[in-house]
Amino acid sequence: MAETIIMTGNTAAAIAAKLCQVQVVAAYPITPQTSIIETLSQFIESGALKAEYVRVESEHSAMTVCISASTVGARVFTSTSSHGLLYMHEQLHWAAGSRLPVVMCCVNRGVGAPWSIFNDQQDSIAQRDTGWIQLYCRDNQEIIDTVIQAYRIAEEVYAPVMVCYDGFVLSHTMMPVCVPDTETVNSFLPPYKPHTFLSAEKPRNINPVIFPGMRHNSEGVLCDGYMEMRYKLQEALEKARDVIVSVGMQYAKLTGRDYSELLWRYKTEDAEILLTGMGSIATEATVAVDQLRQEGIKAGVVGIRAYRPFPRKAIQEALKNAKALIVLEKDISYGFEGALCSDIKAALYGTGLNAPLHNYIAGLGGRDVKAREIYEAVKTSLEDMKSKKAQNKTIWINCRR
Amino acid sequence: MPENIFKVNEEEYMLPGNRACQGCGLSLAYRYALKALREDTILTIPASCLTVLHGLYPTTSVTIPCLNCTFASTAASAAGLVAGLTATGKTNTTVVAFAGDGGTYDIGIQALSGAAERGTDFIFVCYDNEGYMNTGTQRSSATPMGALTTTTPILTKEQNKKDMLKIMEAHDIAYIATTSPAYPLDLYDKFVKAKRIRGTRYMQIHVPCPPGWGYPPRDTVKIARLAIETGVFVLFEVENGKFRFTGRSKSLAEKGNRLPLINYIERQDRFKKMSVEQLSRFQKFIDNKWHEYIKKAEA
Repeated sequence: MAETIIMTGNTAAAIAAKLCQVQVVAAYPITPQTSIIETLSQFIESGALKAEYVRVESEHSAMTVCISASTVGARVFTSTSSHGLLYMHEQLHWAAGSRLPVVMCCVNRGVGAPWSIFNDQQDSIAQRDTGWIQLYCRDNQEIIDTVIQAYRIAEEVYAPVMVCYDGFVLSHTMMPVCVPDTETVNSFLPPYKPHTFLSAEKPRNINPVIFPGMRHNSEGVLCDGYMEMRYKLQEALEKARDVIVSVGMQYAKLTGRDYSELLWRYKTEDAEILLTGMGSIATEATVAVDQLRQEGIKAGVVGIRAYRPFPRKAIQEALKNAKALIVLEKDISYGFEGALCSDIKAALYGTGLNAPLHNYIAGLGGRDVKAREIYEAVKTSLEDMKSKKAQNKTIWINCRR
Repeated sequence: MPENIFKVNEEEYMLPGNRACQGCGLSLAYRYALKALREDTILTIPASCLTVLHGLYPTTSVTIPCLNCTFASTAASAAGLVAGLTATGKTNTTVVAFAGDGGTYDIGIQALSGAAERGTDFIFVCYDNEGYMNTGTQRSSATPMGALTTTTPILTKEQNKKDMLKIMEAHDIAYIATTSPAYPLDLYDKFVKAKRIRGTRYMQIHVPCPPGWGYPPRDTVKIARLAIETGVFVLFEVENGKFRFTGRSKSLAEKGNRLPLINYIERQDRFKKMSVEQLSRFQKFIDNKWHEYIKKAEA
């Protein structure tokens, strides 16, 4: 029987990894991720989880261990944050290029210099183009559910999945979480059976040097070149949209919790002002929407679950009736605007929707952003948008300018 | 006498027609290392000369399974293979990492130290050609003093070679051995032994490199041998903390008839700008190391 327990986001992530019966864990401590691997150490040393735990000396090695263990057919798990994720950067490309179903939690934290241990999403956004699927969670229930679904997705499309959630805001905050029972998870997620793996019995050379052109193998078969391999990774991530939806629907059937879309919506039926964002800031926006609605402003929230693959069609559909758009995000692409904002604009290009759009950069390095402040910013934006000069703006919320 | 003199594995795991340079010291050593490691082995190799030897996708010249890994990650890649194989119940496979001196002494040292400290059950092999040869002969911390490289093109390398073996000894691992392609049976014996032992095993092979060191390809074995004769490179084993000379180095230690360094230096273009002062410093450096080894052997 599923049981509802009050727990932190990090406990939820560790329990999810245990429910998925991961076989190899390799991780290096970093705030605010550390308590995930401390909890997993408890599970493994007490015998509650039968897995190899490699206590590596760095995040670079953590991802390497996951890559190699996955190559010989083991289900693997790791987690990190911020500089740990940046240190893995090379290996993130290697994991995706190797088409391995590695699952990792990224507990989102700001990036130095200067040092910050607090939350924003610059770390995972900076890894956008590594070939990983990125899913964002808005509460602790979504963390446990998303990690479990992540293995199904990763093992179906052969691409790694990063489950991202906000440091401290979720990682260290207690919330009630309904924990699925082992039988339910087992029926949803069978043991990992890779279509190919490296073994001593079958000699092969995995990931050698490849030239730009296609070449024949010893049997005369013309094999992929580098570009064909990259195209296939791109295809896998494109295909992942449907896989995320179908896996979400199956999971919804088993648990009664809705994961049938790449997005989630809040009061969007009649909404004219649409706020979008990822993670807990989008949850905060729902409270601001309630305040706006009290004043008769028809506002709603479109939260984004999947950032890569980017849900272009779903976004076009969800935003098509918008008279004004607000994109909230905890990252910045220096010299331009928020990364999510650029992607949303790109998704809307050619659809005919030309609503004014304000991009809010908020909560960097853990700067608090309250629903009341989002509400006030939206009110100001709506006034501002009446002017032709203010149709497209980036605004830093709660920041001395 | 070498243990396996009449029972060297006849199977070839390194096929002809590979992409190594003419006279490559690594390819001589690799052939015998693979014969000793034989079946039930998985290799992991970083970007290096060995990647080139293994060939371009989709063909390979090596018939032992291999996972390529990034430059800094070799020992961690081996640790991941060990963990994955253990987790899937395949505990009879020997995991072997094979890296150059760059991938061992320099960019790979962190992962190697971590894996050794954890006592990871694998063999780490450093084939030491004393520079970044795959990228065209740049200086590494294994390059000897006085050598010309493309990043020390005028003044030559000013520092002595780093003592990687001492660093590995400090990790108290199960087995350490040095070997050379000039003595294939010494090399073979040590790899057979390493395969038998469990825990972290570190092997270092001194592999002359004709284009990088500047000598004719036909002289690879001669140069490798002169390195031993002069004490530039010493054949030994450390098993459970116990040091012992082996092979030719053992008889040199017993008879005290090492050749002067100049015999080794004069045959290589990389030392052509070496000053007399550098030569005497290099000689002193080697003599000091040699005496350290003698003391260890007596202890």
